[in-house]
Amino acid sequence: MTPQQAREQIGFAVKRAAPGSDIDVIDPDADLREALDLDSLDFLQFVEILSETSGRRIEEDDYPELATLNSSIHFLSAR
Amino acid sequence: MAEFLMPSLGADMDEGTLLEWLVKPGDEVHKGDIVAVVDTAKAAVEVECFESGVFGSVLVEPGTTVPVGTPLAMITPAGAAAAPVVPAVVPEAPAVAAEAALPPVAGPPAPAPAPPRVLAPPPVRHLARQLGVDISQLRGTGRGGTVTHADVEAAAAAQRRPRVSPFARRLAGELGVDLSIVRGTGPGGAIRADDVRRAVPEAKAPPPEAAPEAAGRPAAPIAAEHSAERQAAMRRAIGNLMARSKREIPHYYLSTTIDLEPMTQWLRARNRELPVAARIVPAAMLLKAAALAAREVPQLNGFWLDDHFVHAEHVHLGVAISLRDAGMVAPAIHDADTLTVADLMVRLRDLVTRARTGRLRGSEMTDPTITVTNLGDRGVESVFGVIYPPQVALAGFGKVTSAPCAVGGLLGVRSQVTVTLAADHRASDGYTGARYLEAIARLLQKPEEL
Repeated sequence: MTPQQAREQIGFAVKRAAPGSDIDVIDPDADLREALDLDSLDFLQFVEILSETSGRRIEEDDYPELATLNSSIHFLSAR
Repeated sequence: MAEFLMPSLGADMDEGTLLEWLVKPGDEVHKGDIVAVVDTAKAAVEVECFESGVFGSVLVEPGTTVPVGTPLAMITPAGAAAAPVVPAVVPEAPAVAAEAALPPVAGPPAPAPAPPRVLAPPPVRHLARQLGVDISQLRGTGRGGTVTHADVEAAAAAQRRPRVSPFARRLAGELGVDLSIVRGTGPGGAIRADDVRRAVPEAKAPPPEAAPEAAGRPAAPIAAEHSAERQAAMRRAIGNLMARSKREIPHYYLSTTIDLEPMTQWLRARNRELPVAARIVPAAMLLKAAALAAREVPQLNGFWLDDHFVHAEHVHLGVAISLRDAGMVAPAIHDADTLTVADLMVRLRDLVTRARTGRLRGSEMTDPTITVTNLGDRGVESVFGVIYPPQVALAGFGKVTSAPCAVGGLLGVRSQVTVTLAADHRASDGYTGARYLEAIARLLQKPEEL
């Protein structure tokens, strides 16, 4: 997956998990959950959608990789 | 003949706005059926009826704000004789939301006592019949008032334009739904809130490599003016209730830090086995422990009413839910102590989603017997809450952290959480409160038994 595709999938998952959220307006190196105000249920939904769209199950152990927008893009595109 | 009243959906509610009727006169209704949507300062709430029978006449039209206890409609109990139909009364109060409603074009036109002769050539009459347009209701724009093809077609188009309940219209604005693509399932094809929710871009998943814009429509921003007004009302409602709590309830506070290592380990192993969608978050475990502990320490589960404590038979766990920038609500998960953690998780996700899209039930608003607030997601260590009257206790969980901790004489790094209790000193003493926190701590050591 290219970084651009990863970014698009993340953007999509964020919009679904927390309607009204937009990754284009946040600092890509800020804490993602904080920047988008995601609680643990929102984040779980985010992971759920991302697992589906990326076609690979994201484990809880992978959560640290999803700390920021940039780290998430890196995590998905490095696969 | 029973009256269906504007319910009190919490100690902080004085009046409510009827947003939408979900049944119509003549419908059979059963106790527990959702019959209406009512807007309070805090949320749009689906209201159940408390009678079984036949839904009679509507006394209050959508968009009208009335005090708690005002009759909204009549219900003829099952078995009773048919009720006389009372004409609907529209209270004098200006119906704010009603203005938003479309002109009721889809309704059947009132039969005119003596239909005036309408001039229309036979082909136009034929077209009108085909399109289901009542030609006697049309004002012709042709020569000498003759009804034309265009008149009939315009009337047919107007008929196709659906009616939309004020609540559905508001929801559509908030959810970014285009009403022209929504199929109404209400009377006469009217669009109801549920239809709008169904039309929210489903967007299960974009084709893996697709651009997100293609699959998910961006959510529309909430109408700013409306949102500001609601926020102010929400702050007032929270403020009034919390001020009353602090004025009337002599709070006492306890706090303890609990070892969560067993729970964290157990949850991690279990979530590895489960599909992602069935994963359980720590909050669900904490809620279950709080509910079971409430059953163990019944002095904290119930209400302070008329100068004495009334113990609640069931544990209906209130869960404080942040509506992001729009305030908060604390609806109940019914019988939370009897649910498996997996079920509790499902209910929690459902409750949070509904709280944020205006779909809570009346009983969820009124039934909590003890409330839990969880600010762990926001990174705070501990939260000392304000009790929701007439409840007598509120438990609070902070962030689950890894911290150095002495275990078996050695220093280790363990998962921990700080749990607090705010309780009503009229109903219990610190000793009882301490037993509650002890019970939570003990229950969380055996996560597999929760």
